[in-house]
Amino acid sequence: MTTIPKPASSKKLGLVIDLDICVGCHACVVNCKEWNTGGYGNALSDQDPYGADVSGAWLNRIHTFEVVPDGAEVIGEEGDARVVHFPKSCLHCEDAPCVTVCPTGASYKRSEDGIVLVDENKCIGCGLCAWSCPYGAREMDVAAGVMKKCTLCIDRVYNETFEEVDRVPACVRTCPAKARHFGDLGDPISDVSKLVADRGGMDLMPEQGTRPVNKYLPPRQRTALASKADGFANENTDGASGFFAWLDGMLEKI
Amino acid sequence: MHPAYSIIFFTTASGFGYGLAAVLGMGVLDPSLGTTKAAYFFALALISTGLMSSALHLGNPQRAWRAFSQWRSSWLSREGVMAIITFVPLCASAWLSIFEDRHVMWIGLAGAALALVTVYCTSMIYASLKSIQAWHTPLTSVSYILFAIAGGLSLACAFAALEGVLTRYLLLSAMVALAGAWVAKFIWRGRMENERPLSTPESATGLGGIGKVRLLDPPHMTSNYLTSEMGYRVARKHAAKLAAIAMGFGGAIPVGLFGVAMVLPVSATIGNTIVLSALAFHILGVVVERWLFFAEARHAVMNYYGR
Repeated sequence: MTTIPKPASSKKLGLVIDLDICVGCHACVVNCKEWNTGGYGNALSDQDPYGADVSGAWLNRIHTFEVVPDGAEVIGEEGDARVVHFPKSCLHCEDAPCVTVCPTGASYKRSEDGIVLVDENKCIGCGLCAWSCPYGAREMDVAAGVMKKCTLCIDRVYNETFEEVDRVPACVRTCPAKARHFGDLGDPISDVSKLVADRGGMDLMPEQGTRPVNKYLPPRQRTALASKADGFANENTDGASGFFAWLDGMLEKI
Repeated sequence: MHPAYSIIFFTTASGFGYGLAAVLGMGVLDPSLGTTKAAYFFALALISTGLMSSALHLGNPQRAWRAFSQWRSSWLSREGVMAIITFVPLCASAWLSIFEDRHVMWIGLAGAALALVTVYCTSMIYASLKSIQAWHTPLTSVSYILFAIAGGLSLACAFAALEGVLTRYLLLSAMVALAGAWVAKFIWRGRMENERPLSTPESATGLGGIGKVRLLDPPHMTSNYLTSEMGYRVARKHAAKLAAIAMGFGGAIPVGLFGVAMVLPVSATIGNTIVLSALAFHILGVVVERWLFFAEARHAVMNYYGR
């Protein structure tokens, strides 16, 4: 059924991504592809994988943005520009438009934990769900003719044959900088909910009315580079004493 | 958005087909005439080939039957269901004209109403997508329905002209519908060009609080499904020219030619040529218009791709 179900519990599983910490190494991207090509549903195919025009379905991609402070035309004019690495995958929205547009019932949201999934045996590959998603979270698998998306590694997080530490999505498990966190965002005292509260976790494109479950933690305020640079560019020797005062005086005489 | 030929063909062919079926349903043409029978057949052929073309672009067309199941939430599903339901009165009307030389008004009107509801469902597939701001307006539905009616009336004029039974009333209706469709399109286009973007790179990344956001490194060097499906761009200067061509060919020239056919006392052969060329111009204009409908629409995901 492609209407949004009434939640069966308060559980809202999702990710919290720390934009302050992500270094843009793409390890989560690679591990996501690795896990999901052998996990839930069809393998994630690539087209022309060793050729010049390679393309393929990926469920997690990292964009790198440059943010220039307001009022500046060029970098450095008005405060420091920031480079922000930005991992992007399905946000498992509470009002997921990709679910309601699906004509077949293949695209659905689980009432028990809010995970949005595609039943690949029902998907006709019309692509309308990908059109409806403002985030670009869905990509067609051209080989299988079905839509692929992040499953929140449903085949890991509930897998009791795994050790506790591995029962998290592949992207979270592999992140070497600990920029990704997994948990229940419907539980106000969970670690992820506390992180969101402490750091001002935000929604992407709230104006689209999708109510994403995943949250992004904004980069922290940074000490201005210029305030550190003073010490290096110091031309003034006033106040020097001892050996340095003597050296200063000798060098002046040369 | 990528202007896929299968979808352009589907929306134009089914639009013309449902429009013609609606006009025929109102009993405008004499059901015993050969060209009216041909018109009934032509309407059903346009609708069927349009629907088939839309099914063939699916990744798994063998499962297309599943698309009838989610009419509670999905406009695409509703369109499929309505298309099947609409076939019943349309086929009945076609049978009555082709084999029994008659038109039953209530069946005809039911077919006409259902045909326009189906076109409305088609338009809502696009108009319901908030992620594509240009489409997300009731004006999209208004223009789809008016284009279907204008196309249907233009086709009806052509079929009537071939039999020598073209009335001034029918010509005038076609001219009014054509003018209405293009006025709606003109307003639609003005809205698309002037409305402030709902989403920006700043809102897409949530980094607007720091400053202006610009893509430094894309996630990959080559194109992917998202950039080829939703990253299609048409040069602004060409888009403006194409829009003018669409409006001239699809609206101004047909209205002018229909006017000439109505006013000037010309021979049947010349009159037919004028009406048929008006139809040809209109079809060409609508195809260009439909191509632009997709090619010009910007998708919110492109805020992440610097386009």
